[in-house]
Parts: sequence; C-alpha cells; structure tokens
Amino acid sequence: MTIEFTNIIIIIALIIVSLSMLGILYRVIKGPSLADRVVALDALGISLMAMIALFSGLLNTKYYISIIMLLGVLAFLGTTAFAKFMEKGEIVEYDRHNRHRH
Amino acid sequence: MTLWIVLLPFIAALFPIILQKQFRTIHTGWFVLPIPVIASIFFISKLSSLGQTLFEKNNWMSRIGLNLNFKIDGISLLFALLISVIGMLVIFYSISYLSKREELGKFYTYLLLFMGAMFGVVLSDNILALYMFWELTSISSFLLISFWYFKEKSIQGALKSMLITVFGGLMLLGAIAILVSITHTTSIDAMIQNANIIQNHKLFPLAIVLILLAAFTKSAQFPFHIWLPDAMEAPTPVSAYLHSATMVKAGIYLVARFTPIFAVSNMWTNSLIFIGLFTMCFASMKAVNQKDLKGILAFSTISQLGLIMSLLGFGSFALKNNHNELFIIAVTASVFHILNHASFKGALFMAVGIIDHETGSRDVRKLNGLLTLMPVTFTIAVLGLLSMAGVPPFNGFLSKEMFITSVLNAVNSSFSGQPVLSSIALILMFIGSMFTFIYCIKLIIDIFFGSPKDNTTEKAPHEAPKSLLASPIILISIMVVISLVPNMFLPLLSAATNSILNQSVHIEHIHHFHGFNTPLFITLAIIIFGALLVATFKYWEKIYTILPTQFSLNRGYDMLLAQSQKKSKMINQFLVLRTIRFSMSAILITLIIMTIYVFINNPIHINFESLGSIQPYELILVGIILIAIVMILKSKSRLFSIIMLSAIGYSIALLFVFFDAPDLALTQLAIETISTALFLMCFYHLPRQYRHEESSRFKISNFVIALLSGICVTIIALAAYSNKFYPSIAEYYIKNVYELAAGKNMVNVILVDFRGFDTLFESSVLGIAGIGIYTLIRLRQNRGDNNEKAK
Repeated sequence: MTIEFTNIIIIIALIIVSLSMLGILYRVIKGPSLADRVVALDALGISLMAMIALFSGLLNTKYYISIIMLLGVLAFLGTTAFAKFMEKGEIVEYDRHNRHRH
Repeated sequence: MTLWIVLLPFIAALFPIILQKQFRTIHTGWFVLPIPVIASIFFISKLSSLGQTLFEKNNWMSRIGLNLNFKIDGISLLFALLISVIGMLVIFYSISYLSKREELGKFYTYLLLFMGAMFGVVLSDNILALYMFWELTSISSFLLISFWYFKEKSIQGALKSMLITVFGGLMLLGAIAILVSITHTTSIDAMIQNANIIQNHKLFPLAIVLILLAAFTKSAQFPFHIWLPDAMEAPTPVSAYLHSATMVKAGIYLVARFTPIFAVSNMWTNSLIFIGLFTMCFASMKAVNQKDLKGILAFSTISQLGLIMSLLGFGSFALKNNHNELFIIAVTASVFHILNHASFKGALFMAVGIIDHETGSRDVRKLNGLLTLMPVTFTIAVLGLLSMAGVPPFNGFLSKEMFITSVLNAVNSSFSGQPVLSSIALILMFIGSMFTFIYCIKLIIDIFFGSPKDNTTEKAPHEAPKSLLASPIILISIMVVISLVPNMFLPLLSAATNSILNQSVHIEHIHHFHGFNTPLFITLAIIIFGALLVATFKYWEKIYTILPTQFSLNRGYDMLLAQSQKKSKMINQFLVLRTIRFSMSAILITLIIMTIYVFINNPIHINFESLGSIQPYELILVGIILIAIVMILKSKSRLFSIIMLSAIGYSIALLFVFFDAPDLALTQLAIETISTALFLMCFYHLPRQYRHEESSRFKISNFVIALLSGICVTIIALAAYSNKFYPSIAEYYIKNVYELAAGKNMVNVILVDFRGFDTLFESSVLGIAGIGIYTLIRLRQNRGDNNEKAK
C-alpha cells in the first residue's frame, strides 16, 4: 500500500520535473543571449539529477547514485567552462597559442 | 628427354649476361649457338619415329592440373624443327649482324627465353602449360622488340604488340577455362578424344570465338595485324626469327591443334576462310606501297599467314564432310606452306638485314641497282621473292597451286549452293595472289635493277662478309631443295596432316605439273595480270591516296588508346575527384537501393507482438531528442548546434537510465561532457557563424536522400527485431557471472573477463587516438617553429 502510494508520488514528481525540463529547454533554444542558455543548461543538468534520483527511487535501486554525483560535478565544470569562455574567450589559458602570445 | 630440350634454353638463358662480362673479346652468340644445335639434332633424330605419337609425362603441379606433359606428333615436330633450325641460323646470323658493343647478354637471354617458350607452346600436351608458354612468348617478344629501348618507336611498337597479343592470350585463357570445365582434363589429347562432348555443350560457340581471337591476334590477322609492321623496329635477326618464322605461326599452330575439336562448326570454317583470305588480300595490297623494306616484308608475312589460315579453314571441311579427299589437300597445303614460308621469309629478312647493314638504309626509294654491287644478296632475295610470288618451279608455286586447288574444291562442293560466298572466295584469292606477285616483282625491280648511280644511301653499298651471308644461303638452299624434290618432305607433311586431322589419311605425291587444268590457268593469269600491273604501276599508284588516312586501323588503335585514357580520367574526375557530399550521397543511395532491392525480393515481416509497453517519460525524452535534432538542422550558429548536440547526448544518457544501464549512463555522461568541451575548444578557432549562413539553402536532393536512408535503416531495424530466430546467449552470462567470474556487475565482468579482448583493443584504440592527437599538434608546432626561425 505504502509502496504503491510512494510510486504514484514519484511518478507525479517525475512528470513535473520533465515538464520543467521542457520549459528549461525552451529557454535553451530561445534564450536571447548565450548567458541565458548557459544558465538554462545548468538548470537542465540539475533537473536531470533530480530525475535520475526519482527514477532510482521508482526502480528501487542504488546503482544510480554515482551517476547523480557525476552529473553534479559535470554540470559545475561545464558551467564554469562556459563562464570562462564568455569572460575571456578561451577555456584553457596556458595552451600553446597563449604561450606564443605572451 | 623432351623436358630437358624444352628447359635447356631456359637454363641457358641464365648465362649470357655473365658470359658477356667474362669474355669481352668473344662474341656471346658463339656460346649460345650450341643450344639450338643440340635441339635440332634431337628433333632430327625424332624424324626416324615419324608417324607415331610420343608422349612424355612430367608431374609439376598436379593438384591444379599443370604438368609438363609433352607430345611429339607430326605437327609438333614440324614446328619444333622450324624453331630449332631457324633459331640456329638466326643466332649464327646475329653473331655477324650485331656488334660487340651492343648489350648482347640481354639480347641472347631474351632470345633463349623466347626459344624455350616456343618449344613449350608447340610441344605441350597440357593446355595450362601451353598457355604459360604462350604468354612467355608474348613477354619475350615484347623484350626483343624493345631491345633498342632508347628509341621511342621501339617502345611504342613493343607496347602495341604486347597489348594486342596479351589481349589474345587472355582470350585463350578464357577458352581454356571453358574447355577444362567441360572435359575436366587439362590434356589436349584427352580433349580431342572427348571432342563430341565439347561440341554438344552450350559454351561451344563461345570457346570457338575465344580460340579464334587468340589465334588471330598472335598470327596478325585482320584487324589485329597492326602490331606486326610496328614490331619491325626490332633488330633484324629478331624480325626474321619471331615475326616471320616462329611466333606469328603460334596462332596457326593453335588453330591446327584444335581443328579436330572445332572443325564441325560453320563459324570456325567460315571465319578462318574469310578472315584469312581477306587478310591475305588486304595485306598484299598494303605491301605494294610500303617504302620500308621491312614494312613490305611485314605486310607480306601478314598476307602469307592469312593464306595459311584460310587453308586450315578449307581443311576443316575435310573433318566436317567425313574425310573428303578433296579437302585433305588443303591441310597438306597449309603445312607445306608453313614450311615454305618459314624458309623463304627467313632468308628474305636476313637479306634485307644485309642490305640495311651494308648500305645504311632500308628505304626503297634510296636503294637502286644493287644487282651488280651485291650479287649474292641479290640471288638470295630473288630466289626468295620468286618463291613467294608463286612462280614455277619454286616451292611457293607448289603450295600456291595447292591453295588454288583447295579454293576451287571448296567452291565446287561446299560453297556450291552459295554463289555469294563462292565469288567472294574466288575474288579474294585471285586479287590476293596477284598483289603478292606484284609486290615481289616490284621489290626486285626497285632495289636491284636500275642504275647504281641513283643510290642515295649513306654508306657505299658493297657485298656482305661470308659469315653474314651463310645463314640466308642455307635457308635459301633448303628452299631450293624443297622446290626441286618436294616429295622428300612428304613423310613429314603427311605426319603433320594426320595429326591435324587426328586420323591417318593418304596423301598423294606433290607434282610440279598436273597437266593443263584450271589452277595452272589461274596461275598463268595471275602472272600475266601481275606483270601488266607492275609495268603500269605509276599510272594506278594514285589508288593508294584514295583511302584517307583517318580510316586506317593504326589511327583507330591510337584513338582507342587515347580515348580509353581520356575516358577513364573523365570517369575518375566525375566519380572520385568530387566533393565529399557527392561521395556520401553515392554511398547512401547505394544503401537505399540495396535495401529496396532486398525488401522487394523478400517481403517484410514485422510483428509487434514481442514489443514492450511505452512509458510516458520515454515519450517525453524522445520528444526532446527530436526537437534537438530539428534545432540542429535549423540552427544558424555553431554554438547553438553544439549545445543541441550535447542535449541529445544527455538525453541518451537519461534513456540509458530508464533502460536500466547505469554503467552506460555513467560513461555516456562523462564522454558527452568531454566531447562538448572539445567541440567548444574547436569552436574557439573557427569563425563565429557558418560560412554559408546567407546561402544555407534547402537542398531537396539532400533532404530526400536523408529521409530515405532514415526510413531504410528504420525498416531494417524493425525487420531485424521482428525476425529473431535464435534465443539470446545472455542467459549464460546471467547464470555464470558470479560462479565463474566472481563478480556481480555483469557489464563489467563481460568487459574484462568474458570478452576481455575487445576491451584490450579498445584501450589501444584510445591510446592510438591520444598519441595521434599529440603527434598532430606537436609536429605542427615544431614545423611552425622552424618556419618562424627560417623567417
């Protein structure tokens, strides 16, 4: 009885998260500036984490926890890289082009 | 023993180059001379057992049926004698003809290779060995024609003869494939025993065409004769040996050898007769207006070969009409003429070589009045030419008489119901013989008569040394002996006729005079008309300017060669040197066509019974992927495409989550992030927007191809899913993953344990990719540094 109940709640939550992902995707596509898109992507990654967490609850398994953690790291790294790119125009500062330039 | 005689020239061919280096003062030809002498003695000794067939078996590659089995019967012995005796004379002649400064080692190596190959062709009973030796003659002939490789004309002549004879050789290979597949034997003798099986097979006509193509290319029949005049760029001993006496008769040998199998066919007899007669007529007409002595002799060789071919064609009637006596004479005539032609044509080539050697010119217009200056050469040449012209009492007359008799016999009996064929045969015979007479007589008059003062050659003409004259004198004396006592050679001729017809037949004695009959009157008419035409030559000389040069066959050959190069370049440019877009659409269109073809022939069975149910979140995810794909196609900036691409990647990772594949999802996420980062790094070095942003027009063909290939792949996937015939082997892994491999993560156990080899090599792929990237960047960087330093 409780498992049934939990499952229904999880499915509702899943649907809500996917709807929000659709909304975020709209912002990624439409977003007037690059910054809008990057922030939307970051949010997309985090909703993805939520989705996987909910899903592992639904499937009653613990094997997806590592994916959630990886996603967290990756979303952070990706956003940082984009931010750096927007700030300075490059991601890795000390590659050979820059060495030649300085 | 026969094996060693055939192998002897090949073994001896290893030494001339060493001998030339070792003994510079002695002409290398002296070392080579004993080989044809040994062969001649061997074959002359075989004359005692004439009339019976000698077999000798030597296993070589029995598994594929290629054995060095030899057979000596009448026709083989006749050819082997020609090859060895004329080979001996030619080598003796070449000792005086070629200077010691030439590359004699090479020359004699090629000549010995050719001699051995020719022995192999005429003696082999194994059809594969015959083909092997046949191609060896083509190759060694190519080498001999291009002996003076620094002359452009030699190279061109060698290339032309190579292309044409090798084309014929490949046709022969096709015929061999057919014959062997029908009879399941590689022995020619066994094939002749099974001739009726071959004759009733449906591939019989094709085999005839292929054999005839092989024989016609090798024996320079119309229209494949064009290589022979160009092969005259070879040294004269080569022309005398290869292009008059031996190699060009290989095609005739082939026809004679296979006559018992193919003679029942009308196609065989008619093509031999009419192509032979036409070649004879055409080439003798061409020979009249040649200016080069060797050119005249080349066309005359073609013409005489045509005569022999047509005689073999007439002789085939004998087998068709149950050994009708009327046609057996044609076979004897062909064999007789092979012998006659080899004797006088060899001598004539050598005489021409002497004239070239002693005057420095081969041009008919420059030579005049050599009668008093070179009396011995004159005698040789006149005897040879008169014999070739068919003047009594020489042997040319005897075989010409037999030729006319054969034609008349054929017209009276086999062609009696067909007036068109009869009249064509008669006209071709008459004109061909008449022009043969004309060019022979004209040649005598042009170069030997007239005033010696008209000579415009570089050297002052004088008689040749005795050593140079010896070989043609011997050949011409053989010719005279045949002329005077033709019946001395009758045993050899009848043995050869028997082996061509594969049955023992009776042959009457050869007479000089048969009484006042039709052939004699025709010969008289030929001589009278010919003499009249020679006398009035300058009035009808213009006839040769009527036919414009652009219709000549050489032009056709040149065009064919040039066009094939041009067309293949065009095809290459059209298909290969195009954009990648073109290649991609070609590949995808092929995929589409093949899929459609397969599914038209095999109706599609798609059953949806074993499908799982569709969950709403899967639908949403697929929807996201679809939207992202459409956005990539529509996007105008690169950055946006990259973002959409990673959106697809992450969605696929999510799909892996939904389908219970945590390891895949993990890897997919990491890889997708890294590749997105890599895309972004590349993006940094590229222009911000698509180069063709303004003109990124919608290409309907691209759209259709993409759509169709998508549909095809979908159909294939559905059909493959619906037609699973075997259960999966996954059960084994599930059962044994812990018991055998001591692991609970099945994916990982498969990767490193059950199928660890895949992982090993995928790791190496990664390593190679890493090293590759490092090398690309590093090398380019170093080169850039060097360039900067250079500046």
